[in-house]
Amino acid sequence: MEKIIALIAGILFGAGLAASDMNNPERVQGFLDLLNWDPSLMFVMMGALLIAVPGFQYLLNKQGKPIFAVGFSLPAGKDIDKNLVIGSALFGIGWAIVGYCPGPAIASLVYGYQEVFIFVAAMLAGAKTQQFIFNTK
Amino acid sequence: MFESVSYIHVLGGGALIGLSALVLFSGIGRIAGICGIAFSLLAAPVSTQVWRLMFLAGLLIGTFLYHQISGQAFPPAPDTKLPLLIIGGLLVGFGTAMGNGCTSGHGICGLSRFSPRSITATLTFMVFAILSMFVFRHILDWSI
Repeated sequence: MEKIIALIAGILFGAGLAASDMNNPERVQGFLDLLNWDPSLMFVMMGALLIAVPGFQYLLNKQGKPIFAVGFSLPAGKDIDKNLVIGSALFGIGWAIVGYCPGPAIASLVYGYQEVFIFVAAMLAGAKTQQFIFNTK
Repeated sequence: MFESVSYIHVLGGGALIGLSALVLFSGIGRIAGICGIAFSLLAAPVSTQVWRLMFLAGLLIGTFLYHQISGQAFPPAPDTKLPLLIIGGLLVGFGTAMGNGCTSGHGICGLSRFSPRSITATLTFMVFAILSMFVFRHILDWSI
């Protein structure tokens, strides 16, 4: 059941990325460029949060547990540390350079562009390097 | 700019992403953070985390099906020169692994949980992305 739920969630996510044009690096860069601002992607965040905020709040505060698992798997870290801030800053810089965050980059593999394969390979190499240096996993 | 994709599509696409996060969280209690899901697969045997592989497969299937069904054309490939494409990929991978999350994990799931870490991360990557875009495009005059 775990696998079917994950597959369904993945399909919804991928369809949402394509429908909202998050998979279009030009549009994402236009959203980040305030001098030629394309505000459309703000509505992606809005659409997602309109559904997710009440849903997550209900699940965490009222429902208390998931349907097919014993509990919610939440990140263990609670502190706002320098890794969180520096890592997020580095991510922001890379996001601006190409216009891909991890989800759209992976989803865009289906388009078959060579650039996407190169970006995803570099992204995985970057993550693996981080895991190696920090020995977190 | 909005000829091919209307605000309804954008809002609706966002809602699908929110729904996906809810399905995963209410179903199996997992956070729909793409980098967490993808990078965990690099760190431990796949056989212990098949659901993550299924989610990523779904991501590709969902994007493909959407274009098939709606008839919407594929978006363009990134218009970024090779060295910058690689540097960008390295930064996104390293940064999201170090910050424990990306646009989906912090920006959607984390904000929806009102997590202070995720609120901090989201503000940080948004501010840095907007600042770097300004510097790269309008001060350094890079064609990105």
